[in-house]
Amino acid sequence: MSKYTEDDLKKELETKEYEYGFYTDIESEKFPIGLNEDIVRAISKKKNEPEWMTDWRLDAFKIWKQMEEPEWANVTYHKPDFQNISYYSAPKKKPELESLDQVDPELLKTFEKLGISIDEQKRLSNVAVDIVMDSVSVATTFKKTLNEKGIIFCPISEAIQEHPELVKKYMGSIVPKTDNFYAALNSAVFSDGSFCYIPKGVKCPMELSTYFRINEGGTGQFERTLVIADKGSYVSYLEGCTAPQRDENQLHAAVVELIALDDAEIKYSTVQNWFPGDKEGKGGVYNFVTKRGLCETNAKISWTQVETGSAVTWKYPSCVLKGNNSVGEFYSIAVTNNYQQADTGTKMIHLGKNTKSTIISKGISAGKSQNSYRGLVQINKRAENARNFSQCDSLLMGNLCGAHTFPYIEVKNKSAQIEHEATTSKIGEDQLFYCNQRGIDTDKAIALIVNGFSKEVLNKLPMEFAVEAQKLLEISLEGSVG
Amino acid sequence: MLEIKNLHARVEDKDILKGINLSVKAGEVHAIMGPNGSGKSTLSSVIAGKEEYEVTEGEVFLNNENLEDLSPEDRAHKGIFMSFQYPVEIPGVSVTNFIKTAINETRKANGKEELSAKDMLHKIRETAALLEIDRKFLSRSLNEGFSGGEKKRNEIFQMAMLEPKLAILDETDSGLDIDALKIVANGVNKLKSKDNAVIIITHYQRLLDYIVPDFVHVLHNGKIVKSGGKELAHELEDKGYDWLK
Repeated sequence: MSKYTEDDLKKELETKEYEYGFYTDIESEKFPIGLNEDIVRAISKKKNEPEWMTDWRLDAFKIWKQMEEPEWANVTYHKPDFQNISYYSAPKKKPELESLDQVDPELLKTFEKLGISIDEQKRLSNVAVDIVMDSVSVATTFKKTLNEKGIIFCPISEAIQEHPELVKKYMGSIVPKTDNFYAALNSAVFSDGSFCYIPKGVKCPMELSTYFRINEGGTGQFERTLVIADKGSYVSYLEGCTAPQRDENQLHAAVVELIALDDAEIKYSTVQNWFPGDKEGKGGVYNFVTKRGLCETNAKISWTQVETGSAVTWKYPSCVLKGNNSVGEFYSIAVTNNYQQADTGTKMIHLGKNTKSTIISKGISAGKSQNSYRGLVQINKRAENARNFSQCDSLLMGNLCGAHTFPYIEVKNKSAQIEHEATTSKIGEDQLFYCNQRGIDTDKAIALIVNGFSKEVLNKLPMEFAVEAQKLLEISLEGSVG
Repeated sequence: MLEIKNLHARVEDKDILKGINLSVKAGEVHAIMGPNGSGKSTLSSVIAGKEEYEVTEGEVFLNNENLEDLSPEDRAHKGIFMSFQYPVEIPGVSVTNFIKTAINETRKANGKEELSAKDMLHKIRETAALLEIDRKFLSRSLNEGFSGGEKKRNEIFQMAMLEPKLAILDETDSGLDIDALKIVANGVNKLKSKDNAVIIITHYQRLLDYIVPDFVHVLHNGKIVKSGGKELAHELEDKGYDWLK
């Protein structure tokens, strides 16, 4: 990440509309709208997938057809017409790239606008980037360094070809096709995504990073991510997103599966700032994501998310603590402004003995938005001495927004220790005046207060991501008071 | 430096200031004293530009510039500093981060470059030493869990860092024990120069033993009813405020 200066921030604050709302003019290849078996087959064929994969998709499609869209979340929206979406879009010339010079200059320009200079990434931040532009990965860097360690980091379409045994074994093992409506849909039509395998005992020497980006109006994006940390390995994975401005709603239904085998650790960080809709609540991305991780013995999975975008968010990164002594963590900042709605939280499923989970959720609501935390802590019968600590804090701005907390606690073992803390606060006029008097204007003051409020979570992010996250918080709350 | 002419102000339809005239020159220390409810804190809030206070008549000038249309942050950028009677808490924002932001925002507003991290750190250390502030204190969340004395010392620390032209100390002595009072006063005295001015708003004469004012004004019912030299403060201490009403 390039260094973010105060001047950059000021420039950004001057731009009231969603600044990433530009459209990249890259020739795209796009399927006709609608969804049926032929489309599913066509997607699979497009990717030269082996038969087992095609069958897997078709099976998922059958399951999906019988499912209904869930309605229990605390959000209201026009349900997408699933027959009015194109399920595949890819930059037409899928380049086989060895260097950046071969990348479409239009595409590079887009990355520049996003502040993601790959070159800079290479030089400065030691981050390997697998960039997903619309649905096809177009550039993979640092592959060589990773190769030396035996780490596989590639588009999932490539993994299906080259590492079918791993994909077959793990894909759908944590989030089965039958899991929920959107997971089933994703399983049928997923376009691309990332695959990552860390071999036994290997500590991944760099943060693995993927930038997702929805381009091409009206194209739903269905990412599929699979991260496998073999015994005793460690990986930190970053995912960050932006989307261009569009009038019609765009659907995003990703599935992320993490597998941490014995003694392994996965740290998965997300910064999500998809187009949230305009000030009147028009447009914006629907983000219906299923993220789940499995911890074997002594393993640890840590989810950290900063969610500032999307019109409607439905997302519960979860941990299944199967192995004894395994640890699950969830650190979240969710910001809603204008007409955004977020229903987000986590599930911590304690199966093994001495399992531990921590949940820190910070919800920030402004404008006319609704922000809900929904979390399940489940201690199962065999989970002796399980422990959970949950903290849910809400910060409100103005009088028209809402903050909601829905904690679910299910305990089936008496030795469990569970703590739940919750607070709600409001940014006060007196706080703002105090900052103003010290020469800090109201927007900057809000940013400062919000960053302070979110600090425990921001601190969990890798350094270069924390900077971007702070900047996002500031942009998304700009002008929300006064 | 500061010229207040026939200032009338109200809050929530209640007239509080009813014609204040005051002239403060560079290098001077003025004390404004008065009983509770006389309008002391309103005066400082109006000078700082707090929105709830409506100026109904009269004007305030800083270095010949009418402050009327300026926001609180604009006024701060022009060198007005107010030490709060009740400083607010900002959880998760360290003293260092807060003052760094305040300084850089002010510098930017005045067309200056941000202070480099090295210079900032140097300045923070120097100022902390001057005010006998423990460095650990600087990494704590702003005013969160601070004692009364720590809050006031933090205000003076920020003042020292921001180097204002005009500092208004609103009841800075309240809640301070004698040692803290001395440290605060000592800090103010060290920062005083021929180029800046200080207005001390206080109920008691106590602080004025340590920061000696050039002028003392008595505020009563929204007006300055008496002005004099430092001896007026002692007179008030002896006789109370009743004889002036």
